[in-house]
Amino acid sequence: MSEMVTLTIDGRSAQAPAGTTILEAARGLNIDIPALCSNQELTPYGACRLCMVEITHGKRTRLVASCIYEVQEGLVVRTETERVNNVRRLVIELLLSRNPKHPRLLAIAERLGVDKSRFEVEVKGCILCGQCVRVCREVVGVSAIGFESRGTDRRISTPFNVAPVDCIACGSCAQVCPVDVIPFKEENGVRTIWKTNFELARCEKCGRYFAPMRQLAHFSRVTGLPLEHFTQTCVHCR
Amino acid sequence: MKKKIESPAELTRLQSELKGRIDPAQPCIAICAGTGCMAYGTQKIVDRFREEIQARGLEGQVAFRTTGCHGFCEKGPMVVIHPDRIFYQRIGIDDVPEIIEKTVLGQEVIERLLYKDPVTKQRIVHEHEVPFYGRQMRLVFGSNGLIEPTSIEDYLAIGGYSALAKAIGGMAPQAVIDAVITAKLRGRGGGGFPTGWKWDATRKAEGDPKYVICNADEGDPGAYMDRSLLEGNPHSVLEGMIIGAYAIGSSHGYIYVRNEYPLAVKNITLAIEQARDLGLVGENILGSGFSFDILINRGGGAFVCGESSALFASIEGRAGEPRAKYVHATDKGLYDKPTCLNNVETWANVPLIIDKGADWYAGIGTENSKGTKIFSLVGKINNTGLVEVPMGITLREIVYDIGGGIPKGRKFKAVQTGGPSGGCIPEAHLDSPVDFDELTKLGSMMGSGGMIVMDDRNCMVDVAKYFLAFLEGESCGKCTPCREGILQMRKILERICQGEGRMEDLDTLQWMGQAIADGSLCALGGSAPNPVLTTIRYFRDEYEAHIKDKKCPAGVCKALITFSVDPEACTGCRACARVCPTEAATGKKKEVHTIDAAKCIKCGACFEACKFDAIKIA
Ligand SMILES: Cc1cc2nc3c(=O)[nH]c(=O)nc-3n(C[C@H](O)[C@H](O)[C@H](O)COP(=O)(O)O)c2cc1C
Ligand code: SF4
Ligand code: FES
Repeated sequence: MSEMVTLTIDGRSAQAPAGTTILEAARGLNIDIPALCSNQELTPYGACRLCMVEITHGKRTRLVASCIYEVQEGLVVRTETERVNNVRRLVIELLLSRNPKHPRLLAIAERLGVDKSRFEVEVKGCILCGQCVRVCREVVGVSAIGFESRGTDRRISTPFNVAPVDCIACGSCAQVCPVDVIPFKEENGVRTIWKTNFELARCEKCGRYFAPMRQLAHFSRVTGLPLEHFTQTCVHCR
Repeated sequence: MKKKIESPAELTRLQSELKGRIDPAQPCIAICAGTGCMAYGTQKIVDRFREEIQARGLEGQVAFRTTGCHGFCEKGPMVVIHPDRIFYQRIGIDDVPEIIEKTVLGQEVIERLLYKDPVTKQRIVHEHEVPFYGRQMRLVFGSNGLIEPTSIEDYLAIGGYSALAKAIGGMAPQAVIDAVITAKLRGRGGGGFPTGWKWDATRKAEGDPKYVICNADEGDPGAYMDRSLLEGNPHSVLEGMIIGAYAIGSSHGYIYVRNEYPLAVKNITLAIEQARDLGLVGENILGSGFSFDILINRGGGAFVCGESSALFASIEGRAGEPRAKYVHATDKGLYDKPTCLNNVETWANVPLIIDKGADWYAGIGTENSKGTKIFSLVGKINNTGLVEVPMGITLREIVYDIGGGIPKGRKFKAVQTGGPSGGCIPEAHLDSPVDFDELTKLGSMMGSGGMIVMDDRNCMVDVAKYFLAFLEGESCGKCTPCREGILQMRKILERICQGEGRMEDLDTLQWMGQAIADGSLCALGGSAPNPVLTTIRYFRDEYEAHIKDKKCPAGVCKALITFSVDPEACTGCRACARVCPTEAATGKKKEVHTIDAAKCIKCGACFEACKFDAIKIA
């Protein structure tokens, strides 16, 4: 068990193991901090900037991303100052200019008192939180997708924008996407993702399509077990 | 000279021997072969000098040096003839035989090639009497004119590597760090962080190896001081790094330099090889047991790669994107090891401090900004070039005394310091000193040393828009406030320039500026709003003119201006009609001309062409 750290969040005393982020510690006190790019299963990324909080340590007061900043002994955190709220309002307005409709963004906007974005809308859908890229690399372990270009041209894509060579069609990216913009479809034994069709394996017992062949081949490669071990029956019938 | 030097004392002996070989009375022609001068075609002049010296059989009697940038790029190609330091500017190939014949051999000054003071109209003979140089304090940059950058012998002969000998020969690492702390040296790469403290933290951090890195990414548009140092005096940067590594206890160094600087890469590569041959880099330096080696890493030239965490990522072979980490690089930097990153100019200051002493260094400048700073002075200024000034000098002295004021008698409007995300400082603050903290108070910053002068023909809304567009293109796109915020700010400015601004836009811009600065992941976004915030702060009337009166007072924003001919002033010389690309300007010879607003594309060609000030922009 790691060492416990005592800090103050919004005037309340909190204890958290060293290495915990402020965001996690605040959630432990049921303090709600909006966050879009953070995901407990993934490496912190600190890019959406919604989770900013104001910290005072010693004499210095500054804003930090709570999804990355780790708790420190004696740290004083304030999660709702004017400066913090200004950053959050700006961020949500800016994200709404890329994706004006998603309920999740609208809910955050409402909580921050933002009724609409003042900015020119150019619908892109994706808010570039990078969760898909991280889940693919860190959890699935294949890095089939990544970021392309920089600045306002930045986008998520498959390498060279063609059918992804390493993709196993597991769909984790579509699942973690907080704004549901990664198209994912299953029809007649075929799963379509990243504009590519993947054949699904059919369970010999129940007859249902249960998983993409590419994903099962990946399991076989990783575990060293023969392919048939995975392709014949679905988990329910095994 | 391949034998390794085995002790500081032996280095000192070699220095005096090399110095002794130079006859101080011997004529020496030092020609500037810096980037600016090379662009004027200096190579051909260099070749001509070599031919002429050879043809006359003067090889043993007249020395000839191709040096790094002298700074006065406006007046190139240029030579300085030693020992008297006679300064010839804007020379051509055909002047070469005459220079040798008359000046080098005959001790006669060629009037025609001398610099003419634009104010007094007097010709000036010696380099140090030219006002552009007179007000400078060229401690770091001055040696550029004395040495061939590719010659370690030249550097040793002017006392180079003495500081290294002194540090390794008689100072404990902590004493070196204490000297840099006492000298109050602050980083020249932008942030102005106290260098000695950074070294101290890296020395005390746990981890092995420790890295020292030289940041030569230099991506600010118009800035080229780091480039000119690496090109013109690479050993001074190298010496600083070796001393730093010794103090910190680092065995590995990197120089991160952009690939678009081939000459800088070439000269620093050669310098490292030469230093290695002499045992100044590598194993067991000067017989001290201390070992340190340096690799060169060529960057792709993204502005954001100058940011420390992006620079580390780039060296590690990952995408050059800043990482949000709340750990100091001095603890976990490159490859998560303790790392000390300093700017080129910062490193080049180190030998001076060790050589001449921390107290001497701390005697130059202001309370909290010590030493000198090199600026690249560009824009609407008579003497463009690289200038090195003591901290504390006023902006006015730089603009008027060194820079020679604004061309064509126009009126000064603002000076932008700190690179693309610096602020624009107005006339009212021209007497402010060059000082890290003072510039920050004005809403600008020291930055790495860009200094752009603007006159009454620069529209401040347009200027703010220009810098935002640059930063928008250089944003890595990782975090929301920077990527989307700069874009939206730029769009608002564009609307204002189109005459479609609303007064509430100014509040929105100021509000956004603060939130972008507060919310961005790295200092690119953190400082990007500065040009907008300072122009609204100091030139609000100009914004209001665009919004309320639909006018651009500087006559720049095309949607808001019209061109017309002042019938009183027009002489009918046809200059405007000749240059107009759309035949909007017409008229008969010796009669008053007119401009057809329907055809006019507002390119401004007539305005530039008219010698009688008869074209009016309103
Ligand atoms: C976007 C961005 C670009 C930067 N570019 C440079 C650069 O080109 N050269 C440089 O020395 N520092 C640059 N910096 C500053 C570095 O991050 C770092 O602070 C500096 O190299 C530290 O050296 P110093 O203490 O000697 O100034 C940049 C910072 C940012 C945020
Ligand atoms: S502030 Fe700009 S450059 Fe820095 S991480 Fe964010 S998007 Fe990238
Ligand atoms: S959740 Fe912390 S920056 Fe996105």
